[in-house]
Amino acid sequence: MTSSTYRSPVNDDPTLDISLVVNGRPVEASVSPRLLLSDFLRHHLGLTGTHVGCEHGVCGACTVHIDGRAARSCLTLAVQLDGATVRTVEDLEGPDGSLSPVQEAFRDCHGLQCGFCTPGFLMSVTALLDEDPDVADASDTEIRERIAGNLCRCTGYQGIVAATRQAAETIRDAKEQADVPTRG
Amino acid sequence: MSRREAEQPEQADNAPPMVHTGARVRRNEDPRLLRGQGRYVDDIPLEGCVHGAFLRSTIARGRIVALDTTDAERVPGVLAVYTCDNIGGLDREMPLLIPHPCITHGRTQRPLARDDVYYVGQAIAFVVAVDRYVAEDAVSRISVDIEPLPVEVDMERAVEDGAPLVHPDVPGNIAASLVQHCGDADAAFERAEHHTKIRVQVDRSTGAPMECLATAARWDPVSGELVVWDGTQAPIGLRGALSSLFDLDEDKVRVIAPDVGGGFGPKIHFPYANEVLVPLAAMQLGRPVKYIEDRSENFVHMSHERTQIHEIELAATKDGEVIGLRDVFLHDTGSFIPYGIAVAQVASTAIAGPYRIPNIEVEFRCVYTPTVPVTPYRGCGRPQANFALERAMDQLAEELGIDRFEIRRRNLIADDEFPYKREGLIFADGLPVTYDSGQYGAALALLEKELDLPAFRAEQERARAEGRWLGLGLSFYVEGTGLGPYEGGRVRIHPITGKVYVNTGLTTQGQGHATSMAQLVADQLGVAVDDVIVVEGDTGVYDWGVATFASRAMVVSGSAIHKAAVKARERVLEIAANMLEVDPADIELKDGAAGVRGTATTIPLAAIATVSNPLRYAFNDAAQIATQFAPASKGDGPPLQGDSRPGIETEQFYSPPHATWAYGVHAAIVEVDPVSYDLQVKRYVIVHDCGKMINPMIVEGQIAGGVASGMGGAFYEKLEYEANGNLRNASFMEFLMPYATEVPHMEMHHLETPTPLNPIGAKGAGEAGTIPVAAVIASGIQDALAPEGIGPLWHVPLNPSVLHDAVREARSR
Repeated sequence: MTSSTYRSPVNDDPTLDISLVVNGRPVEASVSPRLLLSDFLRHHLGLTGTHVGCEHGVCGACTVHIDGRAARSCLTLAVQLDGATVRTVEDLEGPDGSLSPVQEAFRDCHGLQCGFCTPGFLMSVTALLDEDPDVADASDTEIRERIAGNLCRCTGYQGIVAATRQAAETIRDAKEQADVPTRG
Repeated sequence: MSRREAEQPEQADNAPPMVHTGARVRRNEDPRLLRGQGRYVDDIPLEGCVHGAFLRSTIARGRIVALDTTDAERVPGVLAVYTCDNIGGLDREMPLLIPHPCITHGRTQRPLARDDVYYVGQAIAFVVAVDRYVAEDAVSRISVDIEPLPVEVDMERAVEDGAPLVHPDVPGNIAASLVQHCGDADAAFERAEHHTKIRVQVDRSTGAPMECLATAARWDPVSGELVVWDGTQAPIGLRGALSSLFDLDEDKVRVIAPDVGGGFGPKIHFPYANEVLVPLAAMQLGRPVKYIEDRSENFVHMSHERTQIHEIELAATKDGEVIGLRDVFLHDTGSFIPYGIAVAQVASTAIAGPYRIPNIEVEFRCVYTPTVPVTPYRGCGRPQANFALERAMDQLAEELGIDRFEIRRRNLIADDEFPYKREGLIFADGLPVTYDSGQYGAALALLEKELDLPAFRAEQERARAEGRWLGLGLSFYVEGTGLGPYEGGRVRIHPITGKVYVNTGLTTQGQGHATSMAQLVADQLGVAVDDVIVVEGDTGVYDWGVATFASRAMVVSGSAIHKAAVKARERVLEIAANMLEVDPADIELKDGAAGVRGTATTIPLAAIATVSNPLRYAFNDAAQIATQFAPASKGDGPPLQGDSRPGIETEQFYSPPHATWAYGVHAAIVEVDPVSYDLQVKRYVIVHDCGKMINPMIVEGQIAGGVASGMGGAFYEKLEYEANGNLRNASFMEFLMPYATEVPHMEMHHLETPTPLNPIGAKGAGEAGTIPVAAVIASGIQDALAPEGIGPLWHVPLNPSVLHDAVREARSR
């Protein structure tokens, strides 16, 4: 349990109490009502993997999962998260520290360069594949439309499109493997 | 992806096999970045850190008549409010980084405005408070009264008599002007059978890296050291500026560019206001200070580029041989010219592209406008020059009734004409343009083959019969890359672990130096790529060098590192030969060990590294054999003799004789929707030659990213200044940076013509992708809409409205 007061250091600033789960761990906090979720994650919980690229909800670099769905942490106030479950890029790797299929695919396909937009892309693509495993069969055009909520200035998206497809295939193959009944 | 090679650079007899060099090696930097463990400036944890925010001008050109910070200072949590009046020696015009004799009226800005403001976004005051929220509260309580002065943001009108002046003492708003000659253009135009003249315009854009500008600083009063973390492409340069502005010894200023979230040129410029005010506040307040620029500030603070208007004229024979070129252009430098004429100079010297064109006259004027200052952005003037030249070539082809591919073929420099010199055109390295190598004809032929032109023409005919607008565009570009003056490379084999550490004076903002540079070293020393650790971007680690710009990292630093690795290899072989008592020629370095060819005997690199360093203390087994008392020591003199040094550590420098010229040719098959006028790129085909590729995966990533920026500049991205100097679309909501849906899939084909100018045969690749795209798209749309008889598309970015108007105008004729 993490519990503490995260208030603006200016004393007359009121705070509200919130209780949430971040990357599987319960967190209790007392926060300024104007504190952005992105700042709460980054500067108060030290989860600096979530990046802030525009602070107006367009670039998607700050994407996290709130209750299992991709959301912009720069457009969300921390106080809105009372009772919520939040997942960030730091939680994507496996318990043994291995890269997730989406992370591995981004590496294989050169889906990142400077790495700044990458956590947001990873969270968006992970949410996409959680929701729709059939992306593996989608056309390139469809994949491009499905990932068009995140901006990248480095890659020209080619590697990201390829990575999304590879990750979808890996996840589907793993699922099929798991579904095969084990013989005698 | 296809790949063809010309002859390889010569290899020495004992050169190791190239296992990693040239391979698609996955990147060393990725696991960290993928886990969210990147360390960008705002991720650096600094105990007790306080935060800065700027008050910026909302008026383009004006006089500050009142500035009152009293209310801001009273906000609880505010530590300091800086204006030009309380920053001491920093209240001065910042350096003009690259002087040139043609800059007759060079002007640079102050960190905080004094008396006058010159553009919307200019910093007026800097607040430091306990957090960013409070700092912004305080900024909003500064009262400032600015009396607006007349402005002219249109560059052509700005140079006319009577136009409002950005700087009262700069007549005509002209900062610099230059004329260059190659051959005799007048005689060529006299003799020519055909002249083609067009006027083209490229509008303003921005690099828009995903990470905005960012600076953090800590002053250590005990050691007297100032440490600055900065999202810069030039930490060594910034250190020089800071030690000079603050009057500190260079070794008391350490600038670190940690992970940097994209650069694309604007971060080569320094010092921005934050880069001097954050260190100042850290020293004065005795606490770490951070400033993280937000996106809306980035649009009005970080440098812009691109606006140029060219009047280009070609002189040709009836057969389409271009014998002369004249180009006169205006370059918008914004309100200041801190980076000199770099952009205009590069544009002017790229103006003849891959064509022979022996007679050239090119003239430019750099014009002040009351807008964000202009410094290089990916391409640095080349996209504009390419747009001018290639649209002119298309126009010439049409006027002479010659196919667009054919007219280019007739003018391309032939393989046996290299090196091809344009005497009189002085490039950004201060030397005449000299193309070093290339296979221009082969590149064009490969593109034609990959496009399958007959099939396209048949498809276009069918499309036209159905009333569809289908077209093909192309553009051929050259790029002078790898500017000097020099870079260094240091290779050090860690005496305990045997891991290899490599340092150079660059920074990386995504180009993958930690992998590509490691590949060069791994081959020389026979180690795994991930056992080579590249550390750069920290003046505390390595401080000889220049910076990352001009597609130069692999060319200049790569060559230096390669040379250092070759020396390290020699040293390893020498020590291993002594240890194994064999001839160095019999030793091969493989799998992190030295072995005697044809035997099973090997010694790990770690052991060789340990032995190379005479030790006093036997802290482990390996160290025991290296102690001065161990039986292994020869006992016939001191452990280090003559000018020998401990350990295996080598350092080499590479200084290019002149720029090396990469090139490529792109084509696109495009379709314009007859209802929405939306653009669809059906195929995008690239033939590219950057010499020897060290990591083709990384090269392709660079090209793809470049093309995406180019797509922005061709059809989407335009910074729109209103007549009063306000930037209308300073956000990602309205500045249309391409998403995945606006960037086509790219088919890439490589030629590899090595440069003779450096030991690794590499040319630069960072900016290549961007250069030809605007011309490709405009050419393709022009072809698609040809049946409608639209006027020429000589102004980018295009957009659906422009195309709609062009068609409507043509139909009403």
